[in-house]
Amino acid sequence: MSKVSEDIALNTGSDTNSAKVKAATVWLDGCSGCHMSFLDMDERIVELLEKIDLLYSPLVDHKEFPDMVDVTLVEGAVSSHEDLEKIRKVRAHTKILVSLGDCAITANVPSMRNPFGVEAIMKHAYIDTAVTKDVIPNEVVPELFEYSRPVHNFVKVDLFLQGCPPPADAIHFLLTELLEGRMPDLTKVSRLGK
Amino acid sequence: MIIEELIEYAQKLHLREKTGKHEVKVCSAAGCLSLKSEAVADELRKKIAELGIEEEVSVKPVGCLGLCSKGPLVTIDSGNRVYQNVKPEDANLIIEKAKTDPQSETDKFFTRQQKIVLENSGQVDPEKIHDYILRDGYKALHDVLEMTPQEVIDEVTISGLRGRGGAGYPTGLKWNTVAKTGNIKKYVICNADEGDPGAFMDRSLLEGDPHRVLEGMAIAAYAVGADEGYVYCRAEYPLAIKRLKNAVKQAERAGVLGKNIFGTTFSFTVDLRIGAGAFVCGEETALIASIEGKRGQPRPRPPYPAEVGLWGSPTLINNVETYGNIAPILRNGGEWYAAIGTEKSKGTKVFALAGKIVNTGLIEIPMGISLREVIYDIGGGIPDGKKFKAVQTGGPSGGCIPEQFLDKPVDYESLSELGSIMGSGGMIIMDETSCMVDVAKYFLDFTKDESCGKCVPCRVGTVQLYNILDRITKGTGTMEDLDELDDLCDLVKNTSLCGLGQAAPNPVLSTIQYFRDEYIAHIVDKKCPAGVCKFHTHAETGKSEVII
Amino acid sequence: MVTTGKKVKTFIIDGKDVSGTEDQTVIEVCRENNIEIPTLCHLEGLAEVGACRLCLVEIKGSNKLLPACVTKVHEGMEVITASEGLKKYRIKILELFFSERNHICSVCVSNGICELQNLAQRLGMTHVHYPYLFPKFDVDASHERFVLDNNRCILCTRCVRVCDEIEGAHTWDIMGRGIESMVITDLNKPWGESESCTSCGKCVAVCPTGALVEKYKNAVDKSFMYKKDKLKFLPYLTTMREVKNEQS
Ligand SMILES: Cc1cc2nc3c(=O)[nH]c(=O)nc-3n(C[C@H](O)[C@H](O)[C@H](O)COP(=O)(O)O)c2cc1C
Ligand code: SF4
Ligand code: FES
Repeated sequence: MSKVSEDIALNTGSDTNSAKVKAATVWLDGCSGCHMSFLDMDERIVELLEKIDLLYSPLVDHKEFPDMVDVTLVEGAVSSHEDLEKIRKVRAHTKILVSLGDCAITANVPSMRNPFGVEAIMKHAYIDTAVTKDVIPNEVVPELFEYSRPVHNFVKVDLFLQGCPPPADAIHFLLTELLEGRMPDLTKVSRLGK
Repeated sequence: MIIEELIEYAQKLHLREKTGKHEVKVCSAAGCLSLKSEAVADELRKKIAELGIEEEVSVKPVGCLGLCSKGPLVTIDSGNRVYQNVKPEDANLIIEKAKTDPQSETDKFFTRQQKIVLENSGQVDPEKIHDYILRDGYKALHDVLEMTPQEVIDEVTISGLRGRGGAGYPTGLKWNTVAKTGNIKKYVICNADEGDPGAFMDRSLLEGDPHRVLEGMAIAAYAVGADEGYVYCRAEYPLAIKRLKNAVKQAERAGVLGKNIFGTTFSFTVDLRIGAGAFVCGEETALIASIEGKRGQPRPRPPYPAEVGLWGSPTLINNVETYGNIAPILRNGGEWYAAIGTEKSKGTKVFALAGKIVNTGLIEIPMGISLREVIYDIGGGIPDGKKFKAVQTGGPSGGCIPEQFLDKPVDYESLSELGSIMGSGGMIIMDETSCMVDVAKYFLDFTKDESCGKCVPCRVGTVQLYNILDRITKGTGTMEDLDELDDLCDLVKNTSLCGLGQAAPNPVLSTIQYFRDEYIAHIVDKKCPAGVCKFHTHAETGKSEVII
Repeated sequence: MVTTGKKVKTFIIDGKDVSGTEDQTVIEVCRENNIEIPTLCHLEGLAEVGACRLCLVEIKGSNKLLPACVTKVHEGMEVITASEGLKKYRIKILELFFSERNHICSVCVSNGICELQNLAQRLGMTHVHYPYLFPKFDVDASHERFVLDNNRCILCTRCVRVCDEIEGAHTWDIMGRGIESMVITDLNKPWGESESCTSCGKCVAVCPTGALVEKYKNAVDKSFMYKKDKLKFLPYLTTMREVKNEQS
């Protein structure tokens, strides 16, 4: 299901020498920990950026998702229409979509609300524990789905990098392997809950 | 005691009852009872008393007469003609008919059948042992005790009888295995759990002719060397339980059960165990656990119960109908039985016909007749001018067979080649108003609820299967779901622990095989060709199409 | 490991000639020969139930897959433990386990020492493609030392068996059927009110996941019962079992 044929694997071969690999990261229902872990690659990011153009990300300034990117890392579960619309769009404009971290892969922490139902948790968050106004927002906050779900329940995902968050080394391994034109086996470098 | 003494005993009991020259037999099996056949019998008795013709006509409650949908049923003497939808007001007419010569039956429903297991059902009063004895009852047991156990087993082997509980395992072979375990404590169990929804073959036999089953068990016990037996019956069958209890008591009093049967050294006692109605408790290892007082869950086999069964002892476990075949086989010989049916499926099989068919009820047919004969000749075809669509056999473990295979014979091999199974005898007919996806969903709903929960492929796999089918019937299924159904069915079938899980995918697989276009119509066109499924559109739910 | 009086059988596992005594199971012989077969319900020293289906193997000549944990060895059998088909089945079975309850590794006290989690990694489960079922289970924290979280239970019944077979208390059992099955204490009383529980902690020790845990302890805590080093606990179970068998 998640296997991607060789031809769409990234290739930095000679003919595309000049062009850098186009990459993006997106943040759905998650805590941004995966993005922090991305930053934890530290100076290795500088090296990577020699081969990669980070075109869209919470870490950069672009507001619109580019036409087509080679690889997108997605953090977080799909919990609302907003998330869904976003990920559909991303999928349509991405060659290799990577679920980055447990929230994207299992719905993880956001899914902890699932057994209780939306109404109960909204009440708990905005009324029972409210310190200012006790109203449940319904205009500025996107309406939640009944369940928080993994990204692959909605769109096709090509690679899964587990971990909460995935270690910086694992993210580095993922990107360098992709740059080498290989689809890496990621179960060796991380695991659920790591 | 010799057989003559037994018959004398029966005659004495018979004479004590005042019976008339003609007997009006009123069905008192669960089906007709629920249609108030009791009232018909009462009215008949009243009228007979009023007319003072007790010597000429008497009333007798009997077991199932077969045509359950047209009850209450009444027949006279040897049952050549069956009166249908009889009301208490018809009493006079019936009595009149009884006095004159009753006509003979020509309806194909009756003439195409062949009764071996059910030969006494509808003839004997199930609550009176003498009635059974006077129809050659317990004669086979008597004769068997003069044979060696091995001779008995050989006769069963020659007959070619295969287990009627579903899997069709050769009965003689099973008996042999138990017999060979040596001179140790052994048990005989009768599986009367009958969990398939819509099936009532075993219930009818127990209600209509309980001694037949007890005699079969006693012969089996003698053949395999057991001295204790259990009938495991579901609590939903109170009438069967009552009649069985009564039968056991009478049989013990008559000396055909209990200590030193027929004055020989052979002893055999039978006890009843009542199950709470879990489908899985029909699976033999779960049934045994349940008798032992444990949670009714299967365990991996081997070892089979024939080697390690009840309380760790070798145990013979057979179905009600299997035992029902034993006495006639030993009375008439294995060769006689083997001459009926097909090469690999011998004898007759009892089916419970149900669904969209004119004659619903209980039938017994020789193996090898075609599905078409069963449905059109015996069953009387599809009512209301509707078109036939499929026949489902084997209940939740079986599959749906479409029109193009109706000329296939009813036997173990043919049915399993078609992706269904013989099963225990449930046969549900469906017409064009049945949605095949919905049918598959119905069965998965059943199996997921009845899964015992021990092994994960069945416990979770059936729920996942059900959820996919539910999505498809609600119009939110995808073509990927169809592939997933195939894949998941394969997993559940091959990795589940017991027969419940292993067979649970059959209704899905067979409907996908024969009615794939119906699945596709649901998924792609968002249409249910049979008009059964109601789709939730966007507007209705007010939510997005994201429903998983 | 040939004991007197028992017949020795020679046979083949994954193309390798091996031998075992007639009362041994395939899994025992596999482990002696360092052939890895994933298991969850199996625990040496406890009665086998054959429920998790992860140890299924192929045996030449049989059209059914058989659980290695209960299948006795016999002369000349040819066992295949890791065909492509078996590997795929095992991953799907693991996925079904994960989809069934709320296994949220990142917030689980057993994170890092969980057998389900370890197997998922070892067998290469990248994600759970079956939709999660998200059931709702309450947590029973009524016992003074232990906690039961059914959200993380995989129904391996190790707790039920260790409590019954080794401790002799039979505090644990299963209630309900199918997807509604769950482990309970006594007749579904809160654990803290159980009359039969001896608070021995064996159930917590054998639980492969985070369903049964000791309060105020977590995975990194060295004193976390025997869980951290389950192997040390196993000989104890086996010994207990042998003593029990001799007595009976
Ligand atoms: C889930 C399941 C349910 C079963 N239910 C019944 C049943 O209700 N009655 C029955 O006779 N056999 C049932 N069986 C088959 C029994 O396990 C067993 O094979 C049978 O009683 C053997 O008798 P036979 O050889 O006479 O058929 C069931 C099997 C499975 C797997
Ligand atoms: S297949 Fe189903 S019914 Fe049979 S043991 Fe497994 S869970 Fe129980
Ligand atoms: S270890 Fe064999 S089935 Fe679980």
